[in-house]
Amino acid sequence: MSIILNSVSYRYMADTPFAKTALDDINLEIAKGEFVGVIGHTGSGKSTLMQHLNGLLKPSDGQVMIEDVNIHDKSQQAKDMRRKVGMVFQYPEHQLFEETVFEDIAFGPRNMGIDEAEVEERVIWAMQFVGLDYEEYAKRSPFQLSGGQMRRVAIAGVIAMKPEYLILDEPSAGLDPRGRNEIFEQIAKLYQTTGITVVLVSHNMEEVARLVNRLIVMHSGNIILDGPPAQIFQFHQPELLSAGVDVPNVTALLALLKQQGLAVDQSILTHAEAADSIYQAIRRQQSC
Amino acid sequence: MGEFIKIEHLCHNYTGQNDQVVKALDDIDMSIQRGEFVAVIGTNGSGKSTLAKHLNALLLPSDGDCLVEGMNTKNEDDIWNIRQKVGMVFQNPDNQIVAAIVEEDVAFGPENLGIPSSEIVERVDYALKAVGMQDYRQHAPHLLSGGQKQRVAIAGIIAMRPQCLVLDEPTAMLDPQGRQEVLSTVTHLNREFGITVVYITHFMEEAVQADRVVVMAQGKVVMSGSPKEIFSRVELLKDLGLEVPVAADMAYRLNEKGIKLPDQIITNEELAVALCQLS
Repeated sequence: MSIILNSVSYRYMADTPFAKTALDDINLEIAKGEFVGVIGHTGSGKSTLMQHLNGLLKPSDGQVMIEDVNIHDKSQQAKDMRRKVGMVFQYPEHQLFEETVFEDIAFGPRNMGIDEAEVEERVIWAMQFVGLDYEEYAKRSPFQLSGGQMRRVAIAGVIAMKPEYLILDEPSAGLDPRGRNEIFEQIAKLYQTTGITVVLVSHNMEEVARLVNRLIVMHSGNIILDGPPAQIFQFHQPELLSAGVDVPNVTALLALLKQQGLAVDQSILTHAEAADSIYQAIRRQQSC
Repeated sequence: MGEFIKIEHLCHNYTGQNDQVVKALDDIDMSIQRGEFVAVIGTNGSGKSTLAKHLNALLLPSDGDCLVEGMNTKNEDDIWNIRQKVGMVFQNPDNQIVAAIVEEDVAFGPENLGIPSSEIVERVDYALKAVGMQDYRQHAPHLLSGGQKQRVAIAGIIAMRPQCLVLDEPTAMLDPQGRQEVLSTVTHLNREFGITVVYITHFMEEAVQADRVVVMAQGKVVMSGSPKEIFSRVELLKDLGLEVPVAADMAYRLNEKGIKLPDQIITNEELAVALCQLS
């Protein structure tokens, strides 16, 4: 049970003087139940890769298989597989269009042919998940909400389709710190309670480091690193630097302290643990 | 130095749902000095963007006054003068680019001001150099990276020779490298060209670079001071739903644990030095 990419390459404007290879022979398996983070510089191929996962782009070479079905087959089975993948684009609130929050979230499930009673149930469930009160917001126009609330309506519209794989492209861009935390907490909760597979593209290294259990680093259309986030941030800083990616602020601070001779644990990714580690290091040596 | 912008009792009301009046700005007093770099932080809905739009008369006060070099934004005869002095850069670079070639895009503003074409060439040169994009003058803007596009948007403003740049979350849509490019461009314009900067951001590491940080909440200015003064007030900022730089947070947490560190640590380097001096 997984999404598998077999030697996938993608070229934009192939056979023209402007041809550009956006993905270069990618082999990747995303197993069910994983929480995968994808980071990389703008233009590294992250978004192109994401758009292959549910068939929005067709590889120039290679295949994308979901549960052993090639998603570009013309069969009903392939269509069903593509439906298992829910996609939240960058700035998803730009895609809101209905008159009420309810109607907007109900659009996807209705399109799948689900009966009206269950559509309502799903809207209630999805709104609860993203932390929007049903009574207060269902009848409101989505366009009169704040940016963070609009973002949540858009995400609710995707999870109301109950995808088995959820792909989020920069879900926190443009939100304030509190809005960012809320969105990430909701995604983490969704992951923990439903067993959904999540692929998260983000420039927010702190959050990626904290949430995901596997991290993929992209550079010029290739996957250059793939592993647990603590390991990647701790041991591969030179590669990250050359890929134009930041390390989390905590990692940068701990690296500096270590360099100054303080025996801190560099694999730590949360502020609370970092403070503990610094505290213990100071207690142990009292100088550096 | 000297005062460039003066805001007195500024209020901005709009009518929200069910006709109740919402105070987006509630009795703000503020003064911005010539050549100052002011960062404005606050949660979504705190009034930051509304405030920014008053600085070049895109919005007019419901009550109170906004003066730019002594000119009142309420005075219709001064609006064009004010807008030439104060240029705005918005969040999304794609919404601000109008031409198909970088140099034409940068020339758009000065052309609209009726500047003679020989001088426009000069101004475009100057503006593209100021933002470090002179090698891209013949490029198509849509093929540039986000950070590059935003620098072109800034060049378009610089070509109009403003005295003040107001940037409303210019890095929100950019990756870390793009953010760095934009921030260093703005810092450069402030230091080398003496341009007054008002910089709205959700990224606290960016606000640390400013001369002064203004914190907004619910339409009011709740704090104003140097980055050191502001970011060492960890608890207050967290209560407001804001973050602090990681070094400030560590210093706060270590103090809680009983390790005495000096006040006002906000950078990694300061924290490292302070920890080394503990023994």
